[in-house]
Amino acid sequence: MHVRNRPLAATLAACFALSLGVGAFAPAAADEPGITPTEILLGGLHPYSGPASAYGAIGKGILAYFAYVNDKGGVNGRKITYKDLDDAYSPPQAVQLTKQLVEQDKVFAMFDTLGTPSNLAIRQYLNDNGVPQLYVATGASTWGSDGAKYPWTIGWQPDYQSEAIVYARYLLKEAPNAKIGVLMQNDDYGEDYLTGLKTGLGSKSGNIVKVATYEVTDASVASQVASLKAAGADTFFVFATPKFSIQALVAAAQQSWHPRTFFNSVSASATILGAATKAGGEDATKGLITTQYLKDPSEPSWADDAGMKQYREILAKYAPGADPNNGFFAYGVSIAFTMVDTLKRAGKNPTRKAVMDIANHLHETDNFLVLPGIVVETTPKDRFPIDQQRLARYDGTHFVPFGEIYAGRGRGR
Amino acid sequence: MRVNKYWSVAVLALLVLVLPRFVPSYAAFELTFVGAYAIGILGLVILTGTNGQISLGHGAFFGIGGYAVAILAQKLGVPFWASVPLAAIVSGILGLGLGLVALRLEGVYLALATFALAVATPSTLKHFKSLTGGSQGLAVPSLSPPGPLHGVITSEQWLYYVTWVIAGALFLLTSIALGGRLGRALRAIRDNEVAAISFGVNPQRYKTFAFGWSAAYAGIAGAIVAIATGFVSPDTYTVALSLALVTGAVLGGIDTLWGALLGGVIVEFLPLLVQKINPAAPSVVYGIALVLFMIFLPGGIARSIQAVIHPLRLRREIHHARS
Repeated sequence: MHVRNRPLAATLAACFALSLGVGAFAPAAADEPGITPTEILLGGLHPYSGPASAYGAIGKGILAYFAYVNDKGGVNGRKITYKDLDDAYSPPQAVQLTKQLVEQDKVFAMFDTLGTPSNLAIRQYLNDNGVPQLYVATGASTWGSDGAKYPWTIGWQPDYQSEAIVYARYLLKEAPNAKIGVLMQNDDYGEDYLTGLKTGLGSKSGNIVKVATYEVTDASVASQVASLKAAGADTFFVFATPKFSIQALVAAAQQSWHPRTFFNSVSASATILGAATKAGGEDATKGLITTQYLKDPSEPSWADDAGMKQYREILAKYAPGADPNNGFFAYGVSIAFTMVDTLKRAGKNPTRKAVMDIANHLHETDNFLVLPGIVVETTPKDRFPIDQQRLARYDGTHFVPFGEIYAGRGRGR
Repeated sequence: MRVNKYWSVAVLALLVLVLPRFVPSYAAFELTFVGAYAIGILGLVILTGTNGQISLGHGAFFGIGGYAVAILAQKLGVPFWASVPLAAIVSGILGLGLGLVALRLEGVYLALATFALAVATPSTLKHFKSLTGGSQGLAVPSLSPPGPLHGVITSEQWLYYVTWVIAGALFLLTSIALGGRLGRALRAIRDNEVAAISFGVNPQRYKTFAFGWSAAYAGIAGAIVAIATGFVSPDTYTVALSLALVTGAVLGGIDTLWGALLGGVIVEFLPLLVQKINPAAPSVVYGIALVLFMIFLPGGIARSIQAVIHPLRLRREIHHARS
């Protein structure tokens, strides 16, 4: 063994020297990556497996819309190829897959990667390499507010803070002296909502008489609801995920507490409120208020809407088997519309820089699934594409939009 | 025959050394993850393969290692070379603690207890928000090559080398330790605890130690993955991660060091490969592969390869003995 070791060590040393000596690969300096005469290649990540796999429907919605656009001739003569991979909602996977998409597949841009953690994990890399990180699917406010530091990244949907600001504005007009009780999840998602609510209330923040938090591991929120009632609140904010939202509504009804209720849009679907109504009676849900920015496909009043009809046709043809009433498909189709719109405006020879520039100057009035009157709009100083929302009231069976369109961040309209 | 073994290790080391020069940067990056996962699975080879204790919760130690590096770097400015050993120590100590609990549990009960640990990890991490950054996670500073190598190799390649040097050292250490008295004691406890006691082996002490030891490895693996990702967040360390590690160990070969290496390759590349067939398939494939291997190849890929090579080697040795 001893004798044998010496050549071995020598070989190792030689190879190490060799490995350092070989020159680094020069990047192919050529045209814009991901653009060929016939194709635009985009990359994206969605959780098709793992705890958040329900969001995979967004990716399928996007694919359906791109297939539809390609059938109609594509964008300025090019077809869109969307390489959508499964990151299982895991940042380590997201980073690896992103590097693969950028370095191996040479995607033109990343589009609609889902989830705050995954997007935070890949943001630095994409910005270092000048790859657009377009229209990320998360409600955190950092995508819009940190544009100076991360110019290649931009969000799309309204952030949680701006939703809470909308509630606050409405409440200040309706009942300036309301006594507010807040139920929130004890994490960043809940914090974002609470921050927005306080911002919106401004000098009236003192109207919040009690904030009760719950942990995702809690079995029930009944005691939190009781504490809000005991604090004398007449207005109830529910910043909670679906399961706890249902519990909160049912608990309030059981305790014969009938406050004015604001219900975060995260949980505001017809299915969830149907469940709450079944468990807690009509009193539990009737009259509660939420916000909307997209047309809700499960809402019968949109049945004859041209945009909704188009959406259903696209899904039926390009995503057979998908349940069109699932709002995540609508989200996917709608955000894909904005992407196509952006690429169209980038013209015959799109560049990454030009596309980013367009993303900073959006003015989209014809997105067929966005609520009428809401404009998908950005300026270099206001990088929140959608921050207008509309209030809607639950009438016992479905949501009825009412009132004006609110701009969460006070952008003039 | 021993020389043969050393040469196969040497060839592997060579391959590791020169590979980054011949593959694109992102592939070197993926191989860094292979190294990290191999280290984590090596912990399972010690704990489950050698000592017979089941852990479905090693993802938790993975997470502790990752968070240790993130917190040490972000809040205290501890550099990489110090934070990775510290991550190993922290998860090792917690592993010893779990090892003490595990003494009272066996078989399916131990599996359930460690499974519960894996389930509780994400919400526990979210709970200590001031320390862990809650569900938003924490950023981990990236590792850039030291002065003289700046510009010669990329930071991805540097991390790759660092990872594989750590992996090499740990594999060597483990090979020596398992080949000696410690390994014999652990195996004796696995095979027959009563017999082991009668030979003077203290099962409590060894079993607790095995838990701490393997948890420390998982911690190192988690630390490397956190540095490579540049980010830690609670939902990375779900039950799925723990199960992926166990799957990798079983498929690779849970009672050999080569098995750990193959396991690392499997954990890293199987999901990417399966995704090409069907995006929703990885967990299904994991499940089916696990069942099939348990039935037909309980020794994993490593043992199956050895079974093919071994008869030849055996014949050669007989031949040598005759001549």
